[in-house]
Amino acid sequence: MVPLSWYVALATVLFVIGTGGVLLRRNLLVVLMSLELMLNSVNINLVAFSYYLHDLRGQVFALFVITVTAAEVAVALGILISFVRNKATLKVDDMTIMKG
Amino acid sequence: MHSAISLMACFVQVAALFILLRSPFLVVVQIFVYVGAIMVLFVFVIMMLDFRQVLRQRFLPTGMKPTLIVLAILGIQMLFMFFSSDRLGEISAGGENPFEVTIMEFSVTLFTDYLLPFEVVSVILLVALIGAIVMAKRRTG
Repeated sequence: MVPLSWYVALATVLFVIGTGGVLLRRNLLVVLMSLELMLNSVNINLVAFSYYLHDLRGQVFALFVITVTAAEVAVALGILISFVRNKATLKVDDMTIMKG
Repeated sequence: MHSAISLMACFVQVAALFILLRSPFLVVVQIFVYVGAIMVLFVFVIMMLDFRQVLRQRFLPTGMKPTLIVLAILGIQMLFMFFSSDRLGEISAGGENPFEVTIMEFSVTLFTDYLLPFEVVSVILLVALIGAIVMAKRRTG
């Protein structure tokens, strides 16, 4: 069997890649997709621990994370659409509407 | 657009990982929700918006290095914290009695122990649905 540390290492790598995407990319859609990648890495972690510790709670928690992520993505894309309708740009640097 | 399709492929791989971790319900939920709903939503948005200005976007030419260094430190620190923990021996290497969970046990647990979060999540989905529709509606008049 695959030891648990491999799953945790994979989740860590995915998380770091996702964080890099959120911090470094200037396209708002890519930022949102990297956020999804980060949440998936957390899900991998949860399910891996649930398997190795023989506990069902990890999978239940992962299910709730998936569901709330779906809700959050819907709202985020709604915000994105209404923002792009207003300003016609997808660059994160140009989204300074709330700047004092 | 290519990144959206690649992310779909990534989510399918994560579902395959869930198969290896013996949780069939999460496999199906992952493919239905992540690949079939969330990424399809992303592809809808990508195909609906006008993207001529995206081709002119590039990486920040100089400002990337400190962030990359900090990210590398973050990853190394997370791995170090995991491997240097005292309770690492408690986690079995797997193999002996694999944790097979039937969907029936999973759903019984979900609907008895975790009924309240289940209902709360359904309310969250309802609120998100209303919010997304209101947000994306074109203001008339």
